[in-house]
Amino acid sequence: MASWRHYGRSLRSFWSTSLAAELEYPLNAVIELVSVFGNLAGSLFVLQLLFAGGSSLGGWSWDGALVVLGLYTLLDGITTCLLQPNLSRIVNHVQTGTLDYVLLKPIDSQFWLSTRTVSPWGLPAIGAALALIAWASSRAGLPSPALLLLALALLLASLVILYSLWFVLAALSIWFVKVWNATEVLRQTLVAGRYPVSAYPPALRLVFTLVLPVAFLTTVPAEALLGRGSLAWAGGSLLAAILCFGGSRLLWLHAQRFYTSASS
Amino acid sequence: MRLRHGWRVARALLVSQYALMLEYRAEIVLWALSGVLPLIMLGVWSGSGAGAGAGLSPQQISRYFLSAFLVRQFTVVWLIHVFEEDALQGRLSPFLLQPLAPLWRYLAAHFSEQASRVPIVAIMLLALGLVAPGLLWLPSPRSLLLGLVAIQAAFLLRFLLQVVVTTLCFWSERAAALDRLLLIPYLFLSGLVAPLETFPPAVRRLAMATPFPWMVDFPARLLAGEEVNATLGFAAIAAWCLLLLPIGRWLWLAGLRRYSAMGA
Repeated sequence: MASWRHYGRSLRSFWSTSLAAELEYPLNAVIELVSVFGNLAGSLFVLQLLFAGGSSLGGWSWDGALVVLGLYTLLDGITTCLLQPNLSRIVNHVQTGTLDYVLLKPIDSQFWLSTRTVSPWGLPAIGAALALIAWASSRAGLPSPALLLLALALLLASLVILYSLWFVLAALSIWFVKVWNATEVLRQTLVAGRYPVSAYPPALRLVFTLVLPVAFLTTVPAEALLGRGSLAWAGGSLLAAILCFGGSRLLWLHAQRFYTSASS
Repeated sequence: MRLRHGWRVARALLVSQYALMLEYRAEIVLWALSGVLPLIMLGVWSGSGAGAGAGLSPQQISRYFLSAFLVRQFTVVWLIHVFEEDALQGRLSPFLLQPLAPLWRYLAAHFSEQASRVPIVAIMLLALGLVAPGLLWLPSPRSLLLGLVAIQAAFLLRFLLQVVVTTLCFWSERAAALDRLLLIPYLFLSGLVAPLETFPPAVRRLAMATPFPWMVDFPARLLAGEEVNATLGFAAIAAWCLLLLPIGRWLWLAGLRRYSAMGA
């Protein structure tokens, strides 16, 4: 019990200090706002081009595809807030040897590395995404409370999957010190989540479900929101989340055994 | 005499930067992998009827996006990220003492990175050919030659555009954030995510008035063997370069006067 309180208190001081540091750069707020709305407008434009040929994309209606785009934007905003500022820094710790200090702290090192900072610059994306999801899913017919709850649970699972993918890639820097932009690769390939997974050819669909679980990130929660959630997919999503998180934890424990500090 | 000296400097720079890039080959593999966006978009477009609506055959679509993939791989510019760090950490100061403008060093680094990408991209294409044998084709010598020249021209245009943004590093500690804004029109107007033929005529005219379509759409269509006005394309790239060159030079010199080596 005391340790939960300890972690909660640590989190509060982590985030208040990093927020104070980030707010030193007010220009970033403007840049982020412009970039969020520019990206959203561009995505809508391309989506509308894709719909020019017919009324569906891989069997999805316009509103359904908007829900998927909204979920993608939401995950992207959360990435900017939490994942990117923390996990892209692991490699710097390895390169400069400051990981030693992290490992010595009386707090779980994975927790410290994953939550040390928070950036407010993902908030515009999160806000815009929530508005888009609410608007598009209400146009497609409001989901029942049970389905809404299921969608929230699936969204949580997709967040766990997303976090684990980021963490695994960032932790690989223990072995490949120079891979400072491995996380950028992930960001680029997850762009595939902008569109429902059934819009892709069958071979790619398989890759996006089993190898790089993009399908669980946006398509599965969107289906639940649109009232088409199935037990099989929900179970798959939960299983993928557990496997990914467990994998990230195991990898971190394993990686620490290989860590030999910067100068040795 | 001057010419021989210039050649010696260029060779020394290229050889040393190439050796440096080979040290980073794991990272370059990841960089190359992060350029898969055109291939993802190929998946979406080949599944949607929108291409046929714009009068594009499936073969044209796949050749266009494969060419766009190649163009993207060899026109990557990361000057601003390296320069921001060099300026912030004071590494720029020793470069400025040398009798060589620092930008040449960065340009050589970009060319070396392109050279070290060649085998990686070849392997990626080979893998693609194994998975989907119908996708690859051999361009005619004319379109291959013109396409390769156009790729280098597009790279120079992108480099110059980023030089202009990079000089803002002298005034702001976070100029790299501005590059994210520039990435938005590049993403949506260049033809990276949708062929320009599918744009509504008004949007297409607007896009053609910006430098972005000449960075992807023009070289990609040359490479894919489409009907392109090559003279107009090269003239447009040259015109944009001639416009950016004096702006970049002026900003660079003004920035240098401001530069006081961070921390001094």
